[in-house]
Amino acid sequence: MSFIKTLLGGEGEFFNPNSLTPMQKLTLRFVVVGLVYYLFAVFEGMIMRVYQVTPISLINESQYFAILTAHPLVGIFGSTYSIVFGAFLFLVPFLMKKPLWSIKLGNWTMVLVAVGTFVFWFSGFVSHYSPLYTLYWPLPADFTQFSVWGGTFFITGIALVMIGTAFFVINIYKTITYTPEGWEKQPKGALIKSALGLTGLTSIFSKKKKEHLVSLPVAAIARGTVDTALNAIVILFAGILILVYMVAELFGVSLKHSTIDALLYKNFFWWGLDLIADGLVLIFVAGTWYLLATLITGKKLFMENWARAALFIEMVVSWTVWSHHLMSDQAQPGILKVLSGEMVTAFELITQGLAFFITLVTLWSGRPLKMTHPLKFLLGGLLGFALAVPAGIMQADLGLNRILHNTQWIVGPHVHVAILVGLTMTLYSAIYFLLPILTNGAKLYSEKLATFHFWAHLLGGIGMGAFMGMAGLKGMLRRTIYFEGEYSSYMILAAISGSLLLFAFLAFFYNIVMTVGIKGVIGIFMPSKLNTTDLLPAEK
Amino acid sequence: MVDSNVVLTGQTFAYTFYVLAIMAVMAWFAYKVTRDGKSKEIKPALFYTFVGFLVVLGVSLHIVTHETIPWKPMDLNRADIKADREFNISMADHKFILPSPKLQIVKNEKVRFNVTSSDLTYGFGLFRSDNTMLFQMQVLPGHNNDILWQFDKPGIYSIRSTEYSGPKGINMILRDVVEITE
Repeated sequence: MSFIKTLLGGEGEFFNPNSLTPMQKLTLRFVVVGLVYYLFAVFEGMIMRVYQVTPISLINESQYFAILTAHPLVGIFGSTYSIVFGAFLFLVPFLMKKPLWSIKLGNWTMVLVAVGTFVFWFSGFVSHYSPLYTLYWPLPADFTQFSVWGGTFFITGIALVMIGTAFFVINIYKTITYTPEGWEKQPKGALIKSALGLTGLTSIFSKKKKEHLVSLPVAAIARGTVDTALNAIVILFAGILILVYMVAELFGVSLKHSTIDALLYKNFFWWGLDLIADGLVLIFVAGTWYLLATLITGKKLFMENWARAALFIEMVVSWTVWSHHLMSDQAQPGILKVLSGEMVTAFELITQGLAFFITLVTLWSGRPLKMTHPLKFLLGGLLGFALAVPAGIMQADLGLNRILHNTQWIVGPHVHVAILVGLTMTLYSAIYFLLPILTNGAKLYSEKLATFHFWAHLLGGIGMGAFMGMAGLKGMLRRTIYFEGEYSSYMILAAISGSLLLFAFLAFFYNIVMTVGIKGVIGIFMPSKLNTTDLLPAEK
Repeated sequence: MVDSNVVLTGQTFAYTFYVLAIMAVMAWFAYKVTRDGKSKEIKPALFYTFVGFLVVLGVSLHIVTHETIPWKPMDLNRADIKADREFNISMADHKFILPSPKLQIVKNEKVRFNVTSSDLTYGFGLFRSDNTMLFQMQVLPGHNNDILWQFDKPGIYSIRSTEYSGPKGINMILRDVVEITE
């Protein structure tokens, strides 16, 4: 088959977008949006990698910080939220064997996340709006360095993403609890209890083991979704608060630092934001590991009740762990630093270690396994969290935090390894697994490219995190610019590793485009010709 | 007092050893899981032992650092410790305002830095001439942000803001303004 024919029609023309159900199209749309925004994040990351080797005159300092501000938000909201929402809006009804509560609402979620991300990214790009301390909005809002209008659009974009997030939450819980037409009345309360893990917790101590109404992966999604909802509320509230500052500024009234206590606000914001990192990510990831391990092996999950209970504990931990972000804030009470910052954070070593162990044992029980792409990426994801979680536990120690806070250590071995190696490789595992199901049997264009994708991503992600970490241990701060080449040797090595990540993604992107073809990609965004709420076409 | 570079060297060794070990475990697992042969059933006792190990590991890290890193207990109890010397430093408009052009300290003195900001959130850190960090803290407006430190050898340090406070923040460095003498 000619190159052009494959590029247009996909490998072997196996993929026919007209055969897709509305649900398949919805999920694939989310994946396409997520991958496009991942491309944004990778390019922005590479620009910053180069800038950290040597500041480029083409980009001024304000532009650099605008890129640095948008980068994690595009990566988390535009890319990860899209892929995760798409996958879970498909998986919850798939695992519960009933239709999604509302496909229309699902499409609105996709549009709001996609448009909202573009709005905040674009307003930052144009206005250089960049007051964020990475993801944290500080108070008081500063208008001497940043445009009020830029900030207004930036926050509007974030708000659109959060509204889309709220639609996702509603859809997930409605799907778990509603009664489809022709079904027996579903027990809402019992389903919610099972989804939240309360029945899992009680059954550990009960002699009479009851069957769970909700499967474990659905329980993980439901529990992570609680944190998603709380997080959306906190970010929306913080956004409104900053908007109040901006509107006041536009009317000539400056709400100085005394209007709202900076420490109180910081506690509130980090409480909400931490729900992404320590609740949503860890719970969603653990649930995805469990699902993939059982699907790959066809075996029952090892210690399932403990896995359910751990998800519940993780949710409670994620609500009480935020003080590890405030260990270098001397006004923060010491008791909060020790209990929430150190002790509760150490619990994450236990809950995540437990998920790691359960997944590995479940995979072991299915021996011998074929080293497929989903298995390969799943093992990569497990390794990513095995590296990143202990790095996080170290920085959440009062003694070590004094010399690690705000350094490249935090964003290298912890954040980037967790997100790029741990989370992203887990998502890739799910994508490789779900691709034939969602496309009605499309054939992957190149196995070799997929293998290159794995190794380049794994080595690039770990390498970049390691070199950033080494620079951090030598005192390199995370959000400043070094003009005299102070850390250029580490940053060159980090940039080479970053290039591997870029090449890995380009190989993956090319492989997917060649698998489904450009016509196929366009077809995904066209309305479905099948009038059904079923997840898969009838013949499947 | 143990130098922060010594602490970081210890951490580097511990983490590097762990990284190599966990990579070896995963590589071994990836190899073995694809080999022929049925697995023996894994007993729950192994699971409970592993959880117990994680509990001990998580808690012992903080106990070990509390006993070996002297600035940790000193920081938690700083309100009850009398300083030999105090410096009141203020920050505003992306500038440090020091009580004197140089902060002179004698070796082994316990020194308290009281830092306030009248506008934004900044950071306050002391750095060696090779850019490595001695210590740092956050500086929040509306609060007194204090840190107690004991300098046990002569040296010269720079002060810089460790927290992002907008693009202007990159210039917040005062070179060689803290001097520790015998």
